[in-house]
Amino acid sequence: MKVGLFIPCYIDQFYPQVGIATLSLLEKLGCDVVYPQGQTCCGQPMANSGFEHLTHGCNELFVDHFADLDYIVGPSGSCVLHIKDHLHVDGKEQAATHIRQHIYELAEFLTDVLKVDNLKARFPHKVGIHQSCHGQRGLGLAQMSELVAAPFSKPQQLLQMVEGLELVELKRTDECCGFGGTFCVFEEAVSVKMGKDRIADHVNNGAEYITGNDVSCLMHLEGILRRQKSNVKVLHIAEILNSI
Amino acid sequence: MEHQHKEHSVLAEEFNADEARVNWHDETLWWVRQKRDKMAWSIPEWEDLREAASRIKHNVLGNLHDYLLEFERNAQANGAVVHWAADAAEHNKIVLQLLQEQGVKRMVKSKSMLTEECHLNPYLAEHGIEVIDTDLGERIVQLAKEPPSHIVLPCIHKKKEEIGDLFHEHLGTPAGNADPKFLTAAARQHLRAEFIQSRVAITGVNFAVAETGEMVVCTNEGNADMGAHLADVHIACMGIEKIIPQRKHLGVFLRLLARSATGQPITTYSSHFRAPKKGQQLHIVLVDNGRSRQLGREDFRNSLKCIRCGACMNTCPVYRRSGGHSYHNAIAGPIGAILAPNLDMKEYADLPFASTLCGSCSNVCPVKIDIHQQLYKWRQVITQEGYTKKTKAAGMHAMNIVLSKPGLYKTAGGVGRWVMRTFPAVVNNGLNPWFKQREMPEAPKASFADWYKKNRKQ
Amino acid sequence: MSRESILAAIKNNQPEQQALPDLNAFRRTGPGDPAAFRKVVETLGGQVFGISSYTEIQPLMAEHLPDARKIVAIQEQYWPGALTEWEAGDGRQFEDVDLAIIPGQFGVAENGAIWITDIEIKERVLPFITQHLAIVVSSQDILPTMHDAYEERIARPEGGFGVFIAGPSKTADIEQSLVLGAHGAKSLTVFLYTPKS
Repeated sequence: MKVGLFIPCYIDQFYPQVGIATLSLLEKLGCDVVYPQGQTCCGQPMANSGFEHLTHGCNELFVDHFADLDYIVGPSGSCVLHIKDHLHVDGKEQAATHIRQHIYELAEFLTDVLKVDNLKARFPHKVGIHQSCHGQRGLGLAQMSELVAAPFSKPQQLLQMVEGLELVELKRTDECCGFGGTFCVFEEAVSVKMGKDRIADHVNNGAEYITGNDVSCLMHLEGILRRQKSNVKVLHIAEILNSI
Repeated sequence: MEHQHKEHSVLAEEFNADEARVNWHDETLWWVRQKRDKMAWSIPEWEDLREAASRIKHNVLGNLHDYLLEFERNAQANGAVVHWAADAAEHNKIVLQLLQEQGVKRMVKSKSMLTEECHLNPYLAEHGIEVIDTDLGERIVQLAKEPPSHIVLPCIHKKKEEIGDLFHEHLGTPAGNADPKFLTAAARQHLRAEFIQSRVAITGVNFAVAETGEMVVCTNEGNADMGAHLADVHIACMGIEKIIPQRKHLGVFLRLLARSATGQPITTYSSHFRAPKKGQQLHIVLVDNGRSRQLGREDFRNSLKCIRCGACMNTCPVYRRSGGHSYHNAIAGPIGAILAPNLDMKEYADLPFASTLCGSCSNVCPVKIDIHQQLYKWRQVITQEGYTKKTKAAGMHAMNIVLSKPGLYKTAGGVGRWVMRTFPAVVNNGLNPWFKQREMPEAPKASFADWYKKNRKQ
Repeated sequence: MSRESILAAIKNNQPEQQALPDLNAFRRTGPGDPAAFRKVVETLGGQVFGISSYTEIQPLMAEHLPDARKIVAIQEQYWPGALTEWEAGDGRQFEDVDLAIIPGQFGVAENGAIWITDIEIKERVLPFITQHLAIVVSSQDILPTMHDAYEERIARPEGGFGVFIAGPSKTADIEQSLVLGAHGAKSLTVFLYTPKS
């Protein structure tokens, strides 16, 4: 099984440790991982801003880099969802379709494809899960609080395998953090307020770490936490699942 | 670009100047969302019910032409007079003419978002007719000379002390009394006098049944009934999308509406107006105002399924923290943001961007409108039509150039991170909206690609 | 005349037809549960009394509303000695009515709503304009859900006006504080009538 590692642009540039943890975790679980060099971005920042018509270049690059792999895995629910929903390239539609059908966010790849039922990981801390909206409502990584349906959570399922880790319960289990792509700068006031409120929920419930499946949300929350000079830290779920 | 109003982001920032108030607004609406959740969970078949409602509405969209004719025929047979209005102006003209025929200068109106959309009150005021809004929340914002900030909870942005002051000024209640019970009793007394003397009553319409020619109006206060049953002339104003095929479909919608809206099992009154009472005139004004155009937009026609419950507003994390007035439109929140661009794309170009696309709105919607997906699609349309700011467009084009060329991306990333490490003030300044209330991420020396090349690539 | 242009635009723009869903799966078999109905009415702010004779209404209401003077009873047996000849007028004659006692056709267990039409009550405004409202409904006439109500009892309209009433008039427009008695009746009393067998 050949797994293509998809490291979104801002993780590549600002959070390389998340890419490293993802790679290491997949290798530990026995995957043959390839990182196609020259990959850039899924195109979502432009598309969500109303410029989907400009994303041909990104789409083309993506197909060229990932067409020949059995699975494509990325540590970002949001970018994975964007590819799943919007990757199309004229003349390469078959390859694009293959990618759309075989791209996975890291946690769902672990639970649904690798069917991981135990992990040799230890993280003796109180952790709050931040459900990113695109991961949860878009990819279905966890049940949504709005629906009358049985609860489940793939990230939680994995974190519960980590020795010493204690999950904190939140008052609002799946409220958006306010990152929202370019929303975070064009609607700065509301974006920050949403982030502050999310953080308060975690802090009030005793979290030492906030984790999640999307670095974009975590980057936004981290920016606020650092401004507040808080001791609470953010970690991507790969970093926790990979910790010993 | 010149706009009549400030943009959502600016109005939202103003709303956020008072953080304690934002917290209060957020908590109050979240509480309504929780009540909705509790009610939804009390019905095991809730999701099937939403699906059924959505499918009934889809059937309506595909048969709207025939259903409207069927409704008209049955309403006329019941003794109602049916009027058709192409737009807000024609709607207002029809209503004015009916009022002038009656020679009234003052009349009562129960809640109708359509008449808000058409700006009926100011139009009638220009022609010397005073409209008394009788829904308590609407009366409060009317006294405050403000538009409603929420379609179901019109004065949700107002604190009781402010309402106490308004009532003191306009209704003569004692200064400083802000007790909701006392204020409601005062409004009851004040508005009873209006009901008794009013000869014409306007109501909105929640559902109009093609099969029977009847209209259903839902209220908790009883104001629609007090107005309509006492008046000589009842004028019911409705958008053409309010039609449902058969009476039995009311069972589905009445189960969903109040549970979704306020977390009640049903509104106190669900009134079925079929025929005018003896000696009374019943006029029904069917209004298009852009709806037939929206019907033709494949990506956006589902927005016409809306039953105006407001659940998408209560759940929207942006609405709760920006307030209804920041949407500068009769209908605020997520649903307003997908309806408004159809009315005026330039004026409301900002609204589809006033969202994180979190998707909670689509999940609570009782008729399963794909609201967040329509927000995304409106962004594309608005951009293609040229209603995006030039600076934003330039930034997106630059971003595209960098991200489409791996070599350029690598160089730009490296240079960018080097600048951030070496001269942090270039990005950490007041011109960068990220930095205003957030630290920038720390720029590592090596990107993941650099690390991979060094550590893994043979 | 916009009628033709609106209809033409709709015809041109409406999507392909889709079938209506089957609603039968939402129906319940069997009657509704009066106890469940009672519980919902109470949570809506109403009060419910089980009675086996209409003569029980007067003493129960007198306890609840000792000051009620002007009383309209749709059936004389609800309240012997209630106002007579109240039908003359345009509805405004009820402005100072303290209590109206009216029959309900049936109740709905899932939401506490009671169906009333202008055939029984004659004056449409009566249940709204009265200060207090009492509805008499047979405990045999409780249906489980709204689907059962529409399909079994009111598939076709009777009269010119019908209304589901669920609880007293209320508002929460001021800071979401629930206040009973907005414009309609300030209180609702439901008499669940089960005749002695």
